[in-house]
Amino acid sequence: MLGWVDTLLQGVLLGGLYSLYATGLSVIFGIMRLVNLAHGDLIVLGAFLMLAASAVGVPIVFAFAVVVPLMFVVGYALQSVLLNRTLGRNILPPLLITFGLSIIVQNGLLEMFSADTRRLNVGTLESASVPLDGGIAVGLMPLICLVSAVAVIVLLNGVFYRTALGRAFRATSDDVEIAQLMGINNKSIYAMTMGIALAVCAIAGFFLGARANFDPSIGPARLLYAFEAVIIGGLGSLWGTLAGGIVVGLAQTIGAHIDPEWQILSGHVAFLIVLVIRPRGLFPRAVD
Amino acid sequence: MRVNKLNPIGIDEGHRRDAHFSVATATRVSTVAALLAIPLILLLFALPAFASRALLQQLFYVFTMLTLAQLWNLLAGCAGLISVGQQAFVGIGAYALFAFTLMAGFEPVLSIVLAGIVAGAIAVPAALIVFRLRGAYFAIGTWVVAEVCRLVLAQFKQLGGGTGTSLPPHIVDSIVGLDFARHLFHVRGPAARDILAYWLALVLAVGTLVLVYKLLRSRHGLALSAIGDAEAAAESVGVDVFRTKLLVYILAAVVTGMAGALIFLQKARISPDAAFSLIDWTAYVIFIVVIGGIGTMEGPIIGVVIFYLLQYYLAALGSWYLILLGTLAILLMLFAPTGVWGVISGPFDISLFPVRRRLMPLSH
Repeated sequence: MLGWVDTLLQGVLLGGLYSLYATGLSVIFGIMRLVNLAHGDLIVLGAFLMLAASAVGVPIVFAFAVVVPLMFVVGYALQSVLLNRTLGRNILPPLLITFGLSIIVQNGLLEMFSADTRRLNVGTLESASVPLDGGIAVGLMPLICLVSAVAVIVLLNGVFYRTALGRAFRATSDDVEIAQLMGINNKSIYAMTMGIALAVCAIAGFFLGARANFDPSIGPARLLYAFEAVIIGGLGSLWGTLAGGIVVGLAQTIGAHIDPEWQILSGHVAFLIVLVIRPRGLFPRAVD
Repeated sequence: MRVNKLNPIGIDEGHRRDAHFSVATATRVSTVAALLAIPLILLLFALPAFASRALLQQLFYVFTMLTLAQLWNLLAGCAGLISVGQQAFVGIGAYALFAFTLMAGFEPVLSIVLAGIVAGAIAVPAALIVFRLRGAYFAIGTWVVAEVCRLVLAQFKQLGGGTGTSLPPHIVDSIVGLDFARHLFHVRGPAARDILAYWLALVLAVGTLVLVYKLLRSRHGLALSAIGDAEAAAESVGVDVFRTKLLVYILAAVVTGMAGALIFLQKARISPDAAFSLIDWTAYVIFIVVIGGIGTMEGPIIGVVIFYLLQYYLAALGSWYLILLGTLAILLMLFAPTGVWGVISGPFDISLFPVRRRLMPLSH
């Protein structure tokens, strides 16, 4: 019994990490109807950038504070230099460009950092835990990760629903032509969207590296978890994405509890079941 | 006889002998190409008589990649089904071949055909799930399905589980026609095996070209190009969009499965990671189609030649080779989205596999 309570708790905490993976993807899709196949690799890139910074002696907190804005700039540039050239009805060019980017980032990291597994050094935080009633303890790092996932969503929803800039984002998402008529520069909105998405990728990359081992090859799997969380949650709702992340996290830990080999498979199967039963996700908002 | 100004060819143009125009797809260039293709194919069949074993092995790879590329082009270029999960059907076909030969003791060529049927059978439920996703999300959905297939097959301990298994030589040698090839070319077992694999790959590649060409020229092909132009409009004039796409998806899965079975029959060794490799069976294939020219049948043929040359000269660079391929693909998408064939054929309006219907003036 206690084992199951612990499993469910771990599942929810893992869901926090998956929600962080997924938030960027959800924002990009909500505003641009674009899917970034390099998303997972960019999360891993974020983790490696922090690793590189801490390797030259920068404390991890400063590394985090530098890499997150840096990834915003990378995203802004990526969108304005590459992806804004391919806007239009045909979804093939952006899809293939991000697929190419995924292969470049993955192999670039492999060349620079080798295939060794790494971990971010977060000092005593790594093993610290909070004891709960009944002999269960919750790791402090996973807990901070879940809280951060919620905080990122609160912050983004605050920007989207309470600021003039957010109004421009939502207008571009609703009807890009009318938004342009109202004087909104959709290309700069798109560039900022990609910047925000990659900044969240960097945050996700930090928790990826602080919670578990990583190497250059694990990006695509993170993309799939993120994608599953977005679809399970329903397109266009960040809280839905959080719920979707928790569903994937729960499915994986429950699967692993039954047989360790089933962890990843259970997450994918849960996604396929939701797709069959509720193709528009659990909490759909956007109509597309 | 007067030609109807609004409908000069007539709806039933096939029955009207008095119209001043006829509808044709063939052009002079395509007729010449078709006539040249026949001796070329015969020559390729006779190639084992004078080619080295290494050349046959390389051509085996070229033909199987050409098959996969034609099928991906049919999906993405013609039906708008951008899949990054075709490795699912390569892997299923490969594992089905191992199951049929190792566990049921079937003859390998028969097993390749059966493997295609298995892949097609699995494509049906897979399609019903992933067709719920549209556009770019469809792409990642197919990837998830491929991952599920890989993880499930890694659980089959009889087929080697996560580490994989090999085909013992006596099973590979039970292939039909081995003695025939051995006596015909006076070679030993392994060389005869390579010759048979080469012939099978050639049959598969040519068969795929014929199949895709026939399909694109049929009413389904017309439906596909209508869907490509405007899906809603196509639906409104009676094109069953779902059924047309389903047909293409299943057809591609069947032949992709057969290609997968053949590839791993020749390798004689399988593992989940190799059989369901995203890079080998999807990324390379996409690269071939994109560099050659997506949406045309000539594109994958040119693409596979370019890819083969790059692979031959640069594969030793390892990750830098992959970085180069990724960069090339991005540059192409930005500056020459129609690929090499699009750039070559664009100004001249030539086509070796004409599928477009043209008006031809009738001479009296």
